Amino acid sequence: MIELRDVHKTLGGRPILKGMSFQVPTGTTYVLMGRSGIGKSVTLKHLVGILKPDRGEVLVDGVNVPSLDSEGLKDLRRKMGYLFQNGALINWLTVAQNVSLPLEEHSRLPRAEIRERVMRTLHLVGMDHAADLFPSKISGGMRLRAGLARAIVTEPRYVLYDEPNAGLDPIIADQIHRLIVEVRDRLGVTGLVVTHSRACAFTVANRIGVIDEGRIAEEGTVPEMRASTSPLVRAFLGGGSD
Amino acid sequence: MTPIHAAAEFTHRNLLGAGFTVRLLLRTLGRVHYLPRRMRFTLDQCFAAGVRALPVTLCVATVAGMILALQTGIELRRFGQQSIIGSVTALSMCREMGPFITSVILAATVGSAMAAELGTMNVSDEVTAIEVMSVDPVDYLVLPRVVGLTVMCPLLTIFSNMVGIFGGSLIGASNLGVSTQFYWRSVQESLMTPEHLLPKDVYTGIVKAVIFGLAVSVVSCSAGLRAEGGALGVGLAVQTAVKNSVILIIVLGLITTWFFYYLQIT
Ligand SMILES: Nc1ncnc2c1ncn2[C@@H]1O[C@H](COP(=O)(O)OP(=O)(O)O)[C@@H](O)[C@H]1O
Ligand SMILES: [Mg+2]
Repeated sequence: MIELRDVHKTLGGRPILKGMSFQVPTGTTYVLMGRSGIGKSVTLKHLVGILKPDRGEVLVDGVNVPSLDSEGLKDLRRKMGYLFQNGALINWLTVAQNVSLPLEEHSRLPRAEIRERVMRTLHLVGMDHAADLFPSKISGGMRLRAGLARAIVTEPRYVLYDEPNAGLDPIIADQIHRLIVEVRDRLGVTGLVVTHSRACAFTVANRIGVIDEGRIAEEGTVPEMRASTSPLVRAFLGGGSD
Repeated sequence: MTPIHAAAEFTHRNLLGAGFTVRLLLRTLGRVHYLPRRMRFTLDQCFAAGVRALPVTLCVATVAGMILALQTGIELRRFGQQSIIGSVTALSMCREMGPFITSVILAATVGSAMAAELGTMNVSDEVTAIEVMSVDPVDYLVLPRVVGLTVMCPLLTIFSNMVGIFGGSLIGASNLGVSTQFYWRSVQESLMTPEHLLPKDVYTGIVKAVIFGLAVSVVSCSAGLRAEGGALGVGLAVQTAVKNSVILIIVLGLITTWFFYYLQIT
């Protein structure tokens, strides 16, 4: 279970989060929406202890993340997968080497098994043909899928997805959405998804929260949000543009 | 913003930067035991540094040796002392010019590349991604670069010294009427001391090169890791890296020279 309680954060002299609170029960997926630059990525970074709140609590499995020491953070991060915006692949490693990095650094699996798991995960995201390419040689959508493979290869219990479908064509995007659902249903993963895509939100979400003014302004299940008449919700989830 | 305010902010930012750099140095030293695990990256870094810097270093050092021989040779000839041009060139190259030229070129070629690489990684969340995978960016990214440059700087310095002295011999023969044979004998006499296995003038230069290599790499990595705000920030990081490296090379050069030749600590 992930829970944020009244989180405040000022960055570069500007208050970004002003009382951010929400809960993601275990085994469900929560979708965060909101304008660019509103603090969605900042919110995700609080969950892995990269950023610390000025005020408020960030709880994962009931443990307050900002109070963890380095060992505690290690344990926390081991059970979390994080897909960064644009993938954040390391550019001197091939796609396969990128995906195997978390396994090579922390698991004692034999080399062959690591390779096997990496290829299986790459297959899941439809990237097996690009395993030995370097990030600079592949498209943004492919980098994103490689980043997704790296996030789930360790079979984490939590996965944070920062714009998992940016720059993907509708067919691949749909494949990724179904993958997120499958990861949740098959492995019981708790997910937090940042997206601008209505299709993504409706496919993967158990609950959707829309951020405004540094906090969750509107929140609800998919049917509730579909039926909402709030202009803010309509702007993100209403008909028209995807 | 008033000038005083701006000056205060400038000082504050630079102090923070210096603090970050010193901490990075200490953390890197504290992670040296990871070196065997990072051997491949480290060798890659050594190789890249050599490839990037060697051609420029050789050219510049040769020309620097020629300039040295020419400038001092002209003065020495007025006193009829041009015969010692070999020893003058050799001593200046080995003590000062070799390490100085090599490390400045390393700062401009390899240090700037480090700042650009790490800066790009930093602004595109790649460093954060490494941290989130519970991999320490210091041992994964910084350690190989620091060790690579600290090893390569003295190696390249030895090359610089040799080609610089060679450059001096060309000038000696063509402009000062000092035969090549005579020149090299003079070089040998000045550098070789019977009581030391390694002549002091050579090894103090090498020690300098090690210190400069360490300084340039740590300063450059630090600038890269502090980059923020997209491509512009990366550009500024590169600028900071080269500027700080050159300043440090000069200051540390003075300190080490003072240490070795004034205090006579050997
Ligand atoms: N480390 C940082 N230092 C200063 N400002 C930051 C930092 N990280 C993010 N910001 C600012 O916080 C705001 C929210 O950023 P972000 O969470 O990335 O937006 P988004 O909702 O599009 O993901 C942006 O205005 C950004 O400039
Ligand atoms: Mg973002």
